[in-house]
Amino acid sequence: MENSIHLHYEVDGEDFTRAGEASSDVKHKLKKLNVPSDAIRRIAIAMYEGEINMVAHADGGVIDVDIYPDKLTMVLNDVGPGISDIELAIQEGYSTASPEVRSLGFGAGMGLPNMKRSSDEMNIETEIGVGTKITMTINY
Amino acid sequence: MVVNKIAELEGFKVLINGKAMDREISGIYCCDLLSVAMGKAPAGSCWCTVMANMNTLAVASLTDCSCIVLCHNAKCDENMMLKAETEGISVFSTEMPIFEASQAIYNEMIK
Repeated sequence: MENSIHLHYEVDGEDFTRAGEASSDVKHKLKKLNVPSDAIRRIAIAMYEGEINMVAHADGGVIDVDIYPDKLTMVLNDVGPGISDIELAIQEGYSTASPEVRSLGFGAGMGLPNMKRSSDEMNIETEIGVGTKITMTINY
Repeated sequence: MVVNKIAELEGFKVLINGKAMDREISGIYCCDLLSVAMGKAPAGSCWCTVMANMNTLAVASLTDCSCIVLCHNAKCDENMMLKAETEGISVFSTEMPIFEASQAIYNEMIK
């Protein structure tokens, strides 16, 4: 198996102002590793949207990142309500965000579409009342 | 045009002197929905918005915007100011609406 740098983050479900800390940390680490800036941007977008979703919908969660020489994988796990209709959730403009979340400038229904567009592979496993696991790979 | 030049334009004031005041502005981006900006704001943009909160800074940082211009005198709280200082993001403020503000910056860019 290839060697990777493994990173683990716990996303606080209570605090919107802290959302983005994990993606910001990954971004800084990737810069030091000289990963191409376009890939860093895609990774930062995908991860930040994931963090926001965890805070907005799932009361937080955990993110595991593995940095390989030619790709990065991230696994986002939450124990939130699950996604009832993935096809619908992944459509641009569809959102179930609360008015509070919308007042912060989110809830435009761009989270999952941004994650899909930014990643080379994305897989969603979800179960109602149990949680959601999203796996993304970004090649560089 | 570099970021610092915005401070010299009439009607604009500096809220936070970022660490890249001499960075070249690649273009102007106008949007108030953070998730839209997250996906679409080009790197190096001068981002004009009325959305002033901590997440605005996170999006600006992750999309690598060159600076933020808060229009309509949108107020940022103390936490946002502290975060901007920590992250080194340049933040400006203006009473102008978004269109007028971006037009003023654009006119300077094409000089």
